[in-house]
Amino acid sequence: MTALLLSVFTPLAGALLLPLVRRLSWAGWLNIGLATLTLSATLALAMHVADQRIVANALFHIDDLNVYLLVLTAFVGLTTAIFSRPYMRHVCDSGRVSERGMRLYHSMFQAFMFTMLLALSTDNLGVLWVAVEGATLATVLLVSLYRTPEAIEAAWKYFILCGVGIALALFGTVLLYFAAQHVLSDPALGLSWNALYSVAPQLQPSITSLAFVFLLVGYGTKVGLVPMHQWLPDAHSEGPTPMSAVLSGLLLNVALYAVVRLKMIVDGSLAATATPHLAGYLLMGFGLLSFLVATLFLHRQRDIKRMFSYSSIEHMGLMTFAFGMGGPLATFGALLHMLVHSLTKSAIFVTVGHATHIAGTQSIDHIRGLIRTQPAVGWGLLLGVAAIAGFPPFGVFTSEFLVLSATMQSQPWLTLILVSGLVIAFAGLFRHLHPMVYGPVPEAQQPVPANMLPVIIHLGLVLWLGLSIPALLSQWLDRATQLITGAHLL
Amino acid sequence: MSLEQLPLLQQLMLVLAAVVMFTSFVLLEQARLVAAIHAFAWQGVLVAMVTALVAAGSGLEHLFFSAALTLALKALLIPWMLHRLVRRLELDRHREPLRRPALVIMAALALVIFSYWVVTPLVAEELLFTRNIVAVSLAVVLTGLLMMVIRTQAVAQVLGFMSMENGLFLAAVSDTDGMPLAVELGVAFDVLVAMILFGVFFFQIRESIDSLDVDRMNRLTERVDES
Repeated sequence: MTALLLSVFTPLAGALLLPLVRRLSWAGWLNIGLATLTLSATLALAMHVADQRIVANALFHIDDLNVYLLVLTAFVGLTTAIFSRPYMRHVCDSGRVSERGMRLYHSMFQAFMFTMLLALSTDNLGVLWVAVEGATLATVLLVSLYRTPEAIEAAWKYFILCGVGIALALFGTVLLYFAAQHVLSDPALGLSWNALYSVAPQLQPSITSLAFVFLLVGYGTKVGLVPMHQWLPDAHSEGPTPMSAVLSGLLLNVALYAVVRLKMIVDGSLAATATPHLAGYLLMGFGLLSFLVATLFLHRQRDIKRMFSYSSIEHMGLMTFAFGMGGPLATFGALLHMLVHSLTKSAIFVTVGHATHIAGTQSIDHIRGLIRTQPAVGWGLLLGVAAIAGFPPFGVFTSEFLVLSATMQSQPWLTLILVSGLVIAFAGLFRHLHPMVYGPVPEAQQPVPANMLPVIIHLGLVLWLGLSIPALLSQWLDRATQLITGAHLL
Repeated sequence: MSLEQLPLLQQLMLVLAAVVMFTSFVLLEQARLVAAIHAFAWQGVLVAMVTALVAAGSGLEHLFFSAALTLALKALLIPWMLHRLVRRLELDRHREPLRRPALVIMAALALVIFSYWVVTPLVAEELLFTRNIVAVSLAVVLTGLLMMVIRTQAVAQVLGFMSMENGLFLAAVSDTDGMPLAVELGVAFDVLVAMILFGVFFFQIRESIDSLDVDRMNRLTERVDES
């Protein structure tokens, strides 16, 4: 229990403490220190959960599914903090952000981590909602940190779209709570996921299915599902790069986690009706649409961060589709894909951050010859994109392969669409990547001080997962799969 | 069972909920920002009254607290903050009539009918009260959403957002005896922080485009400019 409290509330303490630290160099290190503490606490918690299966009290509920995401979140949080210390210093030195802006940045980074960890660990659907909305509030000022007209427009769009989306999710939550009133002996428990899940078969199916529509639209806005994705490319491209890394790598995962948890309740409630897979079909539809739209939009991007945010939509679409399809194989693939996508995408955003500093712009047309100017950044980008496009030795290939095999089993015709989507996305990414990495070096292009350690760690892990998944992790994922689908894969 | 057979308290709550919906329409159509803020404040008062009635009916103590919280937040604090912002932004005389008022009102009416159409089959016939109040709160939520779509002025959009929250709160309090207190406080905190951030953004937007007409923010689109 101590580990749990420590892992969730360390970032909150950090968010309150960091604005008081006046020396910027200390704040950067303190940020890293807090992230390290959070990660150690989540690891201790993970060991505890591995022993006991479930750690729960009135407010928290930790099982194999969310502890795995907790560790991932804390880990990406730490590597992003390591990357952001010199990166944001560079930004601050170049005068794009004031010292007050830097204090805001550090504080909000920790506040964002707190909301993510709270959303993952809580048992209460209301608290989940509050935390996901809190994540918007924590990041919205960071998106507009550079105060350019584009950044402010992006932040406003992000604020309004996610605000409306999440408001609809609250309506869905209220409907679920309402459905639980007639079933539970103690109505105050009506927002507890655990209580709802245990009585799911008795919940009135017509209400839970309507609730799920609202919840899917609401949390789906945060996942970046088409057509509610409009905020995502803007917020990712205009905010500071460490923010893009955590938004893509963590926030989208957490929103998808919320959808999956809610699907478990709704599936239980609809099991005995004429449409037992309604929630799954909705997820498959939205997922496939997002996947296809994003692969096409990849081609026409001019801004490097926008391009990679469309790639995030593509991958979130694929995961949503896989979770919707259900079954142990697809779910296992989707869980693995969550992990490798987070690691790869945050590594890519870190590299892109350095690349934009080298070229002094985010425009794809003006980023050239990275591999000659600074081989580490050039190779990092090349390998990162190879990984995200699903090239064989990397873990993304493994998870995509699992999802494709599952599709082949249950919906053979859709495999064709998925494969062609992956090919289109691959072409889109490499079309833009090639001139950026090779291309002629513009005059006066200088290397920048770059910290490639996070990239090396992330890509190394993704490579490892592609070559062999350690037994510990595969059993862990298998237990999570069993929680979601009720059946083992391994 | 018809509406007249309901207990008097529930009838009164239904009337109040209907007035909440009516204020949503007023809000939707209001051209002057200051008047719209007043309409929003009245909506907050009404929602707080419904909460207080639920509290009186059920005798749950935490509901009295949440009624007071709603009154303080939705009827006093947020309208006051908006009022102050509007004055500081020198928008108190700003008028922005709807372009097609008849069409907008028709759309809002359609949303009310839609809400009843969605909710009626869901809730069992015996729960006549719940059925009506869920439909009305969904209608308030959707009207707020409509307001955010048709209004291009940032302050008016925020009013739409806040009235959506009112609709959600109405649903939560009247058909479920209110959310657990921790959740309610969390939601109230989020709304308050959102309001403060909206205030920050009004100034950032005005600095950036010299107006609060968010339709003028159009730098980020998917259109490829052939330059």
